[in-house]
Amino acid sequence: MSTDTNSDNLRTALYQTHVDLGARMVPFGGWDMPVQYRGVISEVAAVRADAGIFDVSHMGRLHIGGPNAAGLLDILLTGSASSLRAGRARYCFVCNERGGVIDDTIFYRLADDEFLLIPNAGNRAAVALWFDRQLAHHFDGRGVRITDRTMLTGLIALQGPAAAGVVDRLCEDFAPGARLPRNPGRTPVPSLLRPFAWGRGHIDGRRVFIGRTGYTGEDGFELAMGSSDIAPVWQKLYEAGATPCGLGARDVLRLEAGLPLHGHELTDTITPIEAGQDRFVRRDGGYNGADVLDHQRVYGARRRLVGLTLPGRSAPRAGYDVLADGEAVGVVSSGTYSPTLERCIAMAFVDTAHTAPGTTLTVDIRGRLAEASIVELPFYQRSG
Amino acid sequence: MNPDDRKYTREHEWALLEPAGAGTVLVGITHYAQDQLGDVVYLELPTVGATVGYLAKMGEIESVKAVSDLYSPVSGAVTEVNGRLAHEPELVNNDPFGEGWMMRVRITDPGELDGLMDAAAYGEYVGQL
Repeated sequence: MSTDTNSDNLRTALYQTHVDLGARMVPFGGWDMPVQYRGVISEVAAVRADAGIFDVSHMGRLHIGGPNAAGLLDILLTGSASSLRAGRARYCFVCNERGGVIDDTIFYRLADDEFLLIPNAGNRAAVALWFDRQLAHHFDGRGVRITDRTMLTGLIALQGPAAAGVVDRLCEDFAPGARLPRNPGRTPVPSLLRPFAWGRGHIDGRRVFIGRTGYTGEDGFELAMGSSDIAPVWQKLYEAGATPCGLGARDVLRLEAGLPLHGHELTDTITPIEAGQDRFVRRDGGYNGADVLDHQRVYGARRRLVGLTLPGRSAPRAGYDVLADGEAVGVVSSGTYSPTLERCIAMAFVDTAHTAPGTTLTVDIRGRLAEASIVELPFYQRSG
Repeated sequence: MNPDDRKYTREHEWALLEPAGAGTVLVGITHYAQDQLGDVVYLELPTVGATVGYLAKMGEIESVKAVSDLYSPVSGAVTEVNGRLAHEPELVNNDPFGEGWMMRVRITDPGELDGLMDAAAYGEYVGQL
């Protein structure tokens, strides 16, 4: 059972809102966060069928600005910053020299010389420190400002097939960060944003940054705003019918969508190639860890992340052994019962010889041996 | 909130002594336990005829988020298992003190119940967690 929340933990500006909604609060990444409100299964269903709202203010907001910002990010990220247009965002990795993942992140290009980078809650300090240290080795330590605005701002994820309708109804004065496609003469609305594009508008008269990004496998948006504005904006989204969802639902949703979680599928000793994230690693090198990742891409890695499905409801959990013919060939990184698919799903790192889709492996579930089939990721893909 | 008619363990199981002479108890988990677990999706319970031990592991309960051990509040022989839970594990969430009962045990030592908490003591115990 979960440990109690701790007075040393940070609280988001929505803490009291969560408590008033009856959420159960748990410690996560140095913060007290809601793990669930009504229940994980109903919250997952709300996001798959309608719309859910998540307080993700525990994730960081690092602003990287200055004439050398793009140049520094090109060295520190596996995705290109200099080729990203203002108005767009990109998902990629912060790698160490061995190709291990310090963090995964979405970063938005706000202007030619300004970026907003979203590190995971528990990695915010490590990422900021890493960036500071790396800057000292490049550009004579000049031309980049790193500003942590996490405590001044808040972040809400609005996710689900009804998310676009909700945000279009509530948002006023919307202005996209880059010119919208195919929109002659129409008033711009957030739903015209492409995935990984962003804009700005007002909700309830409060200035809101709107990115078409998320972590659930559904269409959706992530909304950043000042700390004092987040409670009223949350209230508007709630009144518009969005269901409050906690970290429990968020973990199930991301797992169903085959999305990695740092600390499970990504760590400082696991590379993005091993984790099957090749498409978020650029091919022209020049970033930290490129030698290792290029080598693994050409010659293969010893282990790879696979998706496993199991009948029944007893789920493989992180750390359980994966076996082939009685021999340990891997370990589960995340697993859960999937209420959407009505079977158990897991991701596991497995010796490359045993990673072909269709292969049957065995998972040791606390002494019970359960048959598991390797399937292509993601487990769940939205239609349309 | 916790019914007065039964006894409670520190691991959040309850034992309800059935009407005089039956020599059986019903066993389940508390409202607090189901609330902490969240949506229950699977239970591994002993089979009828199995022997369970006083405060010994008797099964597992799995929610979407986690798996926890279940402990028997009494020692004895299992005479019945709530078969509905195989298809409706959510009964544990919706009615933990009633329809969500888990097993019936023929007790060997009624004195074991004296070692458990009553509703007031359990309520105080949970209040401290």
